[in-house]
Amino acid sequence: MSHEVVEKNIGLMMILIVIVISFGGLVEIVPLFFVKDTTEPVQGVKPYSALRLEGRDVYIREGCYNCHSQMIRPFRAETERYGHYSVAGESVYDHPFQWGSKRTGPDLARVGGRYSDDWQRVHLINPRDVVPESNMPGFPWLEKNKLDGKDTAKKMRVMNTLISATCGKCETYSEEEIKNAADTVKGKTEMDALIAYLQGLGTALKARR
Amino acid sequence: MSDFWSGWITVISLANILACYWLIKWASKPSPNEAAQGDVTGHKWDGDLEEYNNPLPRWWLWLFYFTIVFSLVYLVLYPGLGNYKGTLNWSQTGQYDEEIQHAKKTYDPIFAEFAKQDIATLAKDENATKVGQRLFLNYCATCHASDAGGARGFPNLADNDWLWGGEAAEIKTTISDGRIGSMPPWEAALGNDGVKNVTQYVISLSGRDHNAEAAKAGKAQFDMMCVACHGADGKGNKAMGAPNLTDNVWLYGGSAGVITQTIAKGRTGVMPAHGDFLGADKVHLLSAYIYSLRNQ
Repeated sequence: MSHEVVEKNIGLMMILIVIVISFGGLVEIVPLFFVKDTTEPVQGVKPYSALRLEGRDVYIREGCYNCHSQMIRPFRAETERYGHYSVAGESVYDHPFQWGSKRTGPDLARVGGRYSDDWQRVHLINPRDVVPESNMPGFPWLEKNKLDGKDTAKKMRVMNTLISATCGKCETYSEEEIKNAADTVKGKTEMDALIAYLQGLGTALKARR
Repeated sequence: MSDFWSGWITVISLANILACYWLIKWASKPSPNEAAQGDVTGHKWDGDLEEYNNPLPRWWLWLFYFTIVFSLVYLVLYPGLGNYKGTLNWSQTGQYDEEIQHAKKTYDPIFAEFAKQDIATLAKDENATKVGQRLFLNYCATCHASDAGGARGFPNLADNDWLWGGEAAEIKTTISDGRIGSMPPWEAALGNDGVKNVTQYVISLSGRDHNAEAAKAGKAQFDMMCVACHGADGKGNKAMGAPNLTDNVWLYGGSAGVITQTIAKGRTGVMPAHGDFLGADKVHLLSAYIYSLRNQ
């Protein structure tokens, strides 16, 4: 095959390009599916409860990940501020993971328990009420929007599919949990859900430093 | 990682590097009927656009070889080929541990020196309070504000009014173990009028304008229900974090409306425990910084 043949056949060239690029994925991505460290939960990590799962969806909907990462890197400057660096086994129930790559605001990987529920509520409604220097937008509507729990059970079923497809030793939701899901979230506000989600982040790993 | 995947990564990576070498060799090999170097290739576009048959610029070619050599050297020194650790024995956590060790060596003696002194002494030490202030800005300012002036619902630490006590040991316990201050809702027990009356009485405690009649009625109820935490004189109780109601310092606000809301719905103030997270030395310094504020 000469260079000319490749250059003149766009279809062939595309196939060859795909083959070349796929080597990167074969080496960097495929083995990770089979490496235990990344697919085994850290002790204590549990699937998100119904309310926290709804909270996670609020987190995604409001685009929190645009300004907040959830990935503490193993640098002293980060672990001093946020706590123990993130480990792979903490993210096994995150579909999709919220590691992010942008930190306009601080990392949230271990924000759980750092502040009181009240602080989170006041801060989410209007961050300037507690941190005058903050440039985070307020999310006052979360307090008004009520969850109806209509899709909660379905979301949990989807999570079950994703969890069992990616993580052998992970827990899945029981039928009972799924059945009760709608009732547990019904009447709660999106604010309650988001705070429940935030307050659980990074709390499974007991070593805080 | 299992040997299979380790081998998989190693073989594909090395084969790719070799393939890169082969590619540049193959592409630079003259083909049988190509034009001589420096001559036009014979391709023509738009009637008069032709190309010379020139080789790749040397610097570009060398750059290509350099990347091949670089990748091989890198893969010998650093972990890249499956389970092979690299001759430098570098790892992400290893680098982190090294960084921590280095920091320990640098900062531990400083913290140890501070840890030997008691909080009241440190509060007068400019260096200690400077470090303490840095720590405060990092860990505490999100709730208590960067000037320690607090926010609505989050105590002002610079006003010499303390919910849980302002002595050195009390401050330290607050930071280390956290606090939960809980005021139950009284709406059900007092009823609407009761809440209003007690509100007037609470306002009267700090010597402000109030409805005397309502306050009198409120006092009777206050004496029954509120004294357990706030004391008969309304001066509060540091053991429970019950605020002094006579000093006109208000955590949630001192207007009649807010006081009514506080009585009716209750309040829960939570200071999370920071002992595990910060470690004893930092808590010690932070206590000294907070302690220094009370004397301002």
